[in-house]
Parts: sequence; structure tokens; C-alpha cells
Amino acid sequence: MTEQAIRKILGEHGRLSVDSTAVERSADLYELGLTSHASVNVMLALEDAFDVEFPDELLRKSTFASVDAIHAALTELGV
Amino acid sequence: MTLDDRRPTWTPRIGCDLVTVQDVADSIEIFGDRYLTRTFTPHELETCTGAHRSQRLAARFAAKEAVLKVLRPGDTAVPWRSIEIRRAEWGGCTVELSGNAAALARDQQVTDIQVSISHEPRYALATVTAVVAGT
Repeated sequence: MTEQAIRKILGEHGRLSVDSTAVERSADLYELGLTSHASVNVMLALEDAFDVEFPDELLRKSTFASVDAIHAALTELGV
Repeated sequence: MTLDDRRPTWTPRIGCDLVTVQDVADSIEIFGDRYLTRTFTPHELETCTGAHRSQRLAARFAAKEAVLKVLRPGDTAVPWRSIEIRRAEWGGCTVELSGNAAALARDQQVTDIQVSISHEPRYALATVTAVVAGT
């Protein structure tokens, strides 16, 4: 469920060059077109979807580097 | 004295970034104040108003990303607001760092950070230079 929501948000806000539903969990999203600005939108959409807030210490590049990494960050936030 | 003895004890760094203005306008439309206050400082929001607000903010976002390329943070967390693009009296911009961004600059002896921004209706860009002492 969480992974599906992550993929949906990546599709809506990630500006990826590929279908977000077909991306490998460990694939490098930056290599697939995720820009730093798009990562802000992804973060805000994740916050809306899961009712969480990413603290400053999670605002590092690796947090949004893959579906797995986003999932891990959300788990850290209690999702 | 050899040529090597006269080599400067600093090296230059440069970073640049390009932002699509419509992306910033879309983010403001979708996420509103949450996008603005998580990404930009109060000073940046105060100095970016009027008809070209999205262009000006896009240029500042590009400048922040260009500063990051100069700071080379690796996987250190650097909140966007810890890099502030300030309006200078002479009409250009300066960079002010705080938090982890300032710590990265201090630890790597990155000094004399200079920024130049430009924007038009579709795109905004920024170039940042700095010097690293002692290398």
C-alpha cells in the first residue's frame, strides 16, 4: 500500500522519464530524471499523503534516491 | 623560487543550475505556503514579489542548487533555507549560509562565494563561484 502510494506520487510529481509504477525499487531516481526541485514536490506530496513532516535531518539527497529509500524514510517517520 | 612555490594556495569551484519557471509556479499553486516556507527564507520571500515572483523564486532556487554544487555535501542534509540568496544594494545577489551549509563551507574552507542569477519567463539560471583555501 505504502509502495503504491509512493509510486503514485512519483508519477504525479517526480517528473521521471519512465513509468513510476514500473521502476525497480532500488533504481536511482535521480538517474531517471528526478530533479532537486521535483524532490521538494515529492516530499510535500508524501507529507500530505501520509500526514508526516520530513525533519531537516532527512533533507539529504539519499532520502529520495529510490523507492526503497523513500519507503525507509517513511518507516523512520512512523508510517 | 620555483614555479610550484608561486602556485596559489587555493583552488576555484564553480556550480550552476537551471530551473523551469513554470515548475516553481506549479509548486506554489499546488502546495502554497508549505512549499514557499520550506524552500525559501523570509528575506527571499520578501524580496520576490510582484508580477515576476515565480521567475525570481526560480532564480533563487537555481542559486541554492548551484551553491550546493560548490559545497559538495555528499549525503549531508542541507535544508534549502540554510542557503539564503540575499539582495545586494548594488542590484545583484549575495549568498548567506547557516546551519549545515555553513558547516560544510567552514569544514572545507570554502570562501568568497559569489552568485549571479538571471531569469526570463520560461527559465531561470544561476552560477556560483567560490575558492577553497589551502589546496
